[in-house]
Amino acid sequence: MREEIITSGRLNPNIDPYLHIWHWHIPLYLFLGGLAAGILFFASLYTVLGKENKYRGAVRRAPIIVPFLLIIGLTALFFDLKHKLYFWQLYTTFRIESPMSWGAWTLMAVTPLSFVWVAIHIREFFPNWDWKFEILRWLEKFFTEQKKLLAWALLFLSTILGVYTGILFSAFNARPLWNTSILGPLFLTSGLSAGSAVIILFSQRHKERINFAKIDIMLIGIELFLIIHMFMGFLASTEVQIEAANMFLGGQYTAPFWIFVVIIGMILPAVLEFLELRKFHVPVIIPVVLVLFGSLMLRFIFAYAGQMSRWLY
Amino acid sequence: MRYAMAIDTKKCVGCSDCVVACQTENNVPIGYCRDWIVEVTDGTYPQLEIEIRSERCNHCDNSPCVRCCPTGASHYEPGGIVTVTHNECIGCGACINSCPYDARYSHPEGYVDKCTFCIHRVNKGQQPACVAVCPTKCMYFGDLDDPNSEVSRILKKRKYKTLIPEAGTKPHVYYLI
Repeated sequence: MREEIITSGRLNPNIDPYLHIWHWHIPLYLFLGGLAAGILFFASLYTVLGKENKYRGAVRRAPIIVPFLLIIGLTALFFDLKHKLYFWQLYTTFRIESPMSWGAWTLMAVTPLSFVWVAIHIREFFPNWDWKFEILRWLEKFFTEQKKLLAWALLFLSTILGVYTGILFSAFNARPLWNTSILGPLFLTSGLSAGSAVIILFSQRHKERINFAKIDIMLIGIELFLIIHMFMGFLASTEVQIEAANMFLGGQYTAPFWIFVVIIGMILPAVLEFLELRKFHVPVIIPVVLVLFGSLMLRFIFAYAGQMSRWLY
Repeated sequence: MRYAMAIDTKKCVGCSDCVVACQTENNVPIGYCRDWIVEVTDGTYPQLEIEIRSERCNHCDNSPCVRCCPTGASHYEPGGIVTVTHNECIGCGACINSCPYDARYSHPEGYVDKCTFCIHRVNKGQQPACVAVCPTKCMYFGDLDDPNSEVSRILKKRKYKTLIPEAGTKPHVYYLI
């Protein structure tokens, strides 16, 4: 049998035998960033559409967790940096070809705006809230008047934030598993699905919950469609991408991906939400937790498996 | 000016002198290397062929590491040498993930490090350390734009290949075959 054996003398830490330079911080951030983007997307969408009062859970209640998600995510990103004290170099330049530069600047814009969004809706949770200082009262009044504009800005920025979490990976042609443009839409959809699940949890109106359960089922359907297309694309591509797909089609990531992401994280919650629509009583927390778990696992598995996929030469 | 390196796989014996010379010249931390030896054995026993390559950063024309760097720390020097400015590097690892040759690593001090074609020597008119020490003289370094340079002449004479040209990186380390 003809064989080719490649022996390398290189054994650099975190590079060989398998690349593992990004640990848990990156997938955790991608999950939190995607979730924050999902919540902000629906909050700003229903504000722009003028349906704020019908969708109080989406517009006024769920976004309260967004600043916390972003702060935890940014902290994880900071701890991932190996040359931490130089992090400010990110903000001395904008590099149009670098997805990470786009992400850094988008976060710079989204994070303060998410604080503003929570601040102008703070009375939803604390009806007697008083800002104490005249300047803060004035700022609240100013931003409340400009809410539509703020919503348009957040609609745009949250979409970039959601897509960017996937593009960060797909821009690397060195990692065949990541090098597919489906990853951007897939991560955006997954983030929107996670966002709508959290909105279901925060919503107090039955009708709003039903609506978001329908949206979530639709988003899960789109995710499954994108996943199938991703593998079709890989299998029709070059050998390195076929090898990358095989990690999920019989290789070592087969069980975690199909069980944790697809069955437990997508199909099961979609079935439970469907049963809810058919008037069966399902505790609301169950599908929500499953969707969030699936969304987190998707990112962990893709971050780890992607670093293992490589060119052979 | 376009610096490039040609390495004769027929002459290389895989002694690793280039690896040690680089580690010494560039004070590479223990346990790391900027260049390394790869042996490829190919064929059906007993008809086997062996190719030995001294590999390193390919100083690509279309470097994914330069493209994805969010701060501009990874950049092209005159002559196409790709280097990292240490105090602009935040250690995010994007360039490490972007390199199809896995030529980069995270230095224990935090910044990302890699082969520089010994730019500090080249700027003084000297050869890179790995080329200078090679006992079989299988490495050639010079300016591709100069038709009389050693590297231009050998590439005109001999058949050569580059590593993963299909990755679209336009590498500038040539392997004579």
